[in-house]
Amino acid sequence: MPLITIDGKQIEVEKGVTVIQAAERLGINLPRYCYHPGLSIVGQCRICLVEIEKMPKLQVACYTPVTDGMVVHTQTPKAMRGRKDVLELLLVNHPLDCPVCDQAGECYLQDYYMKIGQYDSKMVEDKNKKHKALDIGPHVMLDSERCILCTRCVRFCNEVSKSNELGIFNRGDHAELLPYPDRRLDNNYSVNTVDICPVGALTEKDFRFEARVWYLQQTDSICPGCSMGCNVSVHTNTERDHHAEGRRVVRLKPRYNAEVNKWWMCDFGRYSYQPVDDSSRITAPMLKDGKGGWIETSWEVAIEAVAAKIKKALPLKKNAQVGIWASPQMTNEDLFVLRQFNQKLGFNQVAIGVTPKEKPFSDEFLIKEDKNPNTRGAAALGYNLDMEASRGIYRLAFDNQLAVLIIFHHDLAAGFDPQHLATALGNVQTLVFVGPNRNTTSEFAHILLPAASWPEKEGTFTNFAGRVQRLHQAVAPLGDARPEWQILKLLGKELGMSVPYLEAADIFAALGQSVPAFAGLNYERVGNSGAMLKG
Amino acid sequence: MNVHDKYKPLTFWERTYLPRIWDGLVITMHHFFRNLWHFILARFGVQREWKGAVTFQYPEIRRLFHPRLRTMHRLTKRDDGTPRCVACMMCETVCPAKCIYIVAGQRPEKEIEKVPVKFDIDLGMCVFCGYCVEACPEDAIRMDTGVIEMASYSRQSLILTKERLLSHVPHPEYYTMRKDLELAAKPVQLRTESEAGVEAH
Repeated sequence: MPLITIDGKQIEVEKGVTVIQAAERLGINLPRYCYHPGLSIVGQCRICLVEIEKMPKLQVACYTPVTDGMVVHTQTPKAMRGRKDVLELLLVNHPLDCPVCDQAGECYLQDYYMKIGQYDSKMVEDKNKKHKALDIGPHVMLDSERCILCTRCVRFCNEVSKSNELGIFNRGDHAELLPYPDRRLDNNYSVNTVDICPVGALTEKDFRFEARVWYLQQTDSICPGCSMGCNVSVHTNTERDHHAEGRRVVRLKPRYNAEVNKWWMCDFGRYSYQPVDDSSRITAPMLKDGKGGWIETSWEVAIEAVAAKIKKALPLKKNAQVGIWASPQMTNEDLFVLRQFNQKLGFNQVAIGVTPKEKPFSDEFLIKEDKNPNTRGAAALGYNLDMEASRGIYRLAFDNQLAVLIIFHHDLAAGFDPQHLATALGNVQTLVFVGPNRNTTSEFAHILLPAASWPEKEGTFTNFAGRVQRLHQAVAPLGDARPEWQILKLLGKELGMSVPYLEAADIFAALGQSVPAFAGLNYERVGNSGAMLKG
Repeated sequence: MNVHDKYKPLTFWERTYLPRIWDGLVITMHHFFRNLWHFILARFGVQREWKGAVTFQYPEIRRLFHPRLRTMHRLTKRDDGTPRCVACMMCETVCPAKCIYIVAGQRPEKEIEKVPVKFDIDLGMCVFCGYCVEACPEDAIRMDTGVIEMASYSRQSLILTKERLLSHVPHPEYYTMRKDLELAAKPVQLRTESEAGVEAH
């Protein structure tokens, strides 16, 4: 294996590794615009110049394969001067858009100019004019003046999304990034080009001018959009509520996980944060008044009302049962507490799944057909995912045999005929809806209990492959909302059942002890990249 | 050792305090009669150059401001009357009092694509540090209106909106470039109430 010395540090790497990758393993961070670990190497931008002994000229670190005995210097005056000159060349036609550019603050060009540039421009000629604010796709805006022609986005469209929409047109300083004629950047992974764009040439329409990036906090989390469980970081704006129309969760960005999503995420998942600050959020427990309207109330009153109805139905009779309709949108922790709740109180009419009427979109890459993030976790916890169990409860509701039905999250209209559903839900004596957002099902409920949305709680999701991954709380629950397990804790107290947990970590520890599939897992073991279920 | 031991004990007269009270009254009376004498002489047209009291008869007579004085903010305009501001949020970011609230919007013209939809400054929180003026890359905000009267009956009327900030005009005549501000007792014409920035509601 070749042995390489970079800035006096030695490392042995396998054949084919380039200097920039070897440097990265040594913790030496070289500047890069065109190099991206997930894409092919082109050596386009030339900013990663280093000095290699016995080579007459500076070499690009990203494209130079390591050979045995290579000695590389990254910080010599010659290398630094080379990089500075390349930077100057890249900035020749770069417009001074930083004040209005959304990338400012996370722009590699800006960062590196502040670090090693800071020269006065030597150019007397005018800058080239190119297309500005060009709408090239449903989610992406192009400003080709700002483009430094690193071709990351072109390679992404060729190699990862394999949709080939973008190209570099013309030559020399007229070269310009554009979509091919009559093409638009509208593949399902288009916004990844915005993430990998080192400058502000590609910006996201949804985030355009909403907030400056330095106001945002980042929290590691998991995309709830499907069972793939892509690792994301949730960008939140909590300090300045006049930005982004008051939305707290402003955008999602993919987070690297070698085992799940690598560097990417799909556009559907990227916008799965939208319901979090939507006007459909339930912010307080609500009771239905006689006329079909809602009255906001306190948790004590609402929980007491639910508990009274359940107590009345106990002991369970054949024609007045208690149904629980859990959701694979809930975390492992919530589902575990719910399972304890059902076992303790003897509720055996438990459903979880709703198979959608239309087959949802899926592909071979990151988009899974199952749009629930925790189906696998629910299965590991012993929930019956079969649609038959759901139909059983549905039939009981229709036949007027349910005294209480507690529905978590679900919009049943996705899986059942709407008119039939109205009759079935209308026949339930007390319908309790627990969830973050209102939907058609919640309108039939008698009691609404606000649940915290996924960025508002701690917990874990188990993805389709059985990888348990951690959600971190990014924002406080909206209004009076609470995580489901806390709601069950309150309800259990009224019904004489104690839920001894104080935080989600306690529940997960208990889960690791009592459920074989989760044996030996805790939050430390799950860590940032997740841990696999047993079996 | 008691810290008070290093002081000499007061004498009898010192303990009565009367000599010091007498000294103070002498200074006060000196200024009183000196000013009175100077005003009388000035009234009869003699010895006008003698220095008298430094009191200004505000608000009838206004003292000129130092050229670097930071007064109420204004937003500058382009030639076509639109605000110069591009909603880059530099001022909002640098503001130590967090009293600037900008909401950015898009403009159809592609040269200036970002504009402020809302630009509010809460004078109730502003500390008049002038950092916003320093930070602005577009020279879009200035503090040269010469308006220093900002009292108001409600907190709401202390919030300057974008429209109000754009309507403010600079008053260079309120400022002086003279170094010796002690002598700058030039009377300045009074503004009408509607011109005077924050109006009482």
